Amino acid sequence: MATITSSVYTSHVPAIGAALDLGKSNEPYWQPVFAGYEPSKAWFNENTPDVIFLVFNDHATAFSLDFIPTFAIGCAASYAPADEGWGPRPVPVVKGHPELAAHIAQSVIQDDFDLTIINKMDVDHGLTVPLSLLCGQRSEWPCSVIPFAVNVVQYPVPSGRRCFNLGRAIRKAIELYDEPLKVQIWGTGGMSHQLQGPRAGLINREWDNAFLDRLIADPEGLANMPHIEYVREAGSEGIELVMWLIARGAMGDQTPRVARRFYHVPASNTAVGHLILENVR
Amino acid sequence: MALDKPYTDVPGTTIFDADQARRGYHLNQFCMSLMKAENRERFKANERAYLDEWPMSEEQKQAVLARDLNRCIELGGNIYFLAKIGATDGRSFQFMAASMTGMTQEEYAQMMIKGGRSPEGNRYSSEKK
Repeated sequence: MATITSSVYTSHVPAIGAALDLGKSNEPYWQPVFAGYEPSKAWFNENTPDVIFLVFNDHATAFSLDFIPTFAIGCAASYAPADEGWGPRPVPVVKGHPELAAHIAQSVIQDDFDLTIINKMDVDHGLTVPLSLLCGQRSEWPCSVIPFAVNVVQYPVPSGRRCFNLGRAIRKAIELYDEPLKVQIWGTGGMSHQLQGPRAGLINREWDNAFLDRLIADPEGLANMPHIEYVREAGSEGIELVMWLIARGAMGDQTPRVARRFYHVPASNTAVGHLILENVR
Repeated sequence: MALDKPYTDVPGTTIFDADQARRGYHLNQFCMSLMKAENRERFKANERAYLDEWPMSEEQKQAVLARDLNRCIELGGNIYFLAKIGATDGRSFQFMAASMTGMTQEEYAQMMIKGGRSPEGNRYSSEKK
C-alpha cells in the first residue's frame, strides 16, 4: 500500500520565486531565506518521494470569481506554470498522478468531503514556489505532484477543524492505494501577513512560532482555532495557515519527528515559516 | 437575524466575504481581464473606455482610475485581483501595499525589514489610535 512518509510546511511568497528566477538569491536581502532552505533541499534529495500531495491556494489565477471551489483536487496528467501577469515562471511543467488522484477523490468524496475535480489547470506561485524551495532549480521536477487547491481568498474559508479532518480522510485514502508509493503531503501558505488596507504589513512573530509549536505537538487543539484569531493575530492573509492543518491531519497519530524548522521575517510582505515533520514508524 | 461577522472590528482590514464578493464581482472580473496582454494594452490606451465595457458602478470606476486601492476594497475589490492593475502599471506589490497604508514604498519596506507592523494596538478597532 501507499504510505505518507512525511509532511512539509512552507510559505509560498511569490517574491521568493521571482528572486530565484532573476538570480537574486545571493543578495543580502534574500540570502537568509534561501540559506534557511539549504538543509531542507538536502533532506529532500535524500527523501525524494514518488508523489507530493501539494495543498495550496490559487491567487486569482486559475480561478476567477466565476467558480470558487472550497476544495479541488487535480486529476490531470500535467499542469503548466501559469502566467500571472509577468509571463510564466521559468520552471518545469508539473507532472500529475492521475491514478492516485482519482483514487483519493473517489475515497475522500465518499467520506463526505465534496471535492471539485480539476482536469485542466495552470498552477501559480502557490504551488511552484514551494517546489522550487525544496527541489531547487531543475530541468524537470523529481516526482509527480497532485495539486490540491483550497479556497482561502473568499470568506468563509474552510475551518481548521474541517481541514484537519480532511487530512485524515486523505491519509486513509492514500493508505488504501495498492501500489507501494511513498507520498509526502505539503501544506503551504502563510505565515502571518496582511496584503490589504491600512493594516497591511502586519507580522506576528510570537504568534507564528506558537502556531509552529502547536502544529507539531497539539494539532488537535490547534484545529479548533476560529478564523477570527487568524485574522486578528496573523493578518487577513494569514488565514492561509488553515491549509497546513490538512497536511498535519494526514500524518500518523504519534508525535512526528521534527526534521527541520525555520522562521524568517520578512520575505517581501510576509513572515516565512517552514517545518518538515516525519512520521515515526 | 444577522450572521455573525466578528471580523468587522479588525482595524484597517476589510474581509472579502460573500457580500463583498457580490458587490465587487464585476470590478474583480475587470481586474482578471488584465491577465491578457491585449486587454492590458486596450486598458492603457483608454482606461475610461475600457472600464465602460464593464457593468461596474461609477464609484468603482473612479476608484480604479484614481488607483485608490482602499476605496476599491471598500467597494468589493479583492487584493489578489486588484494586484493585476498594479502589474499593468508596472508597479511592485510593495508599492501597492504601501499605497494603502499612507506610507511611502521606502518607509513601508523599512517597516517590513524591521519585523513588520506590530499586532500591538492593531487587533481591535476600539484600541486604534
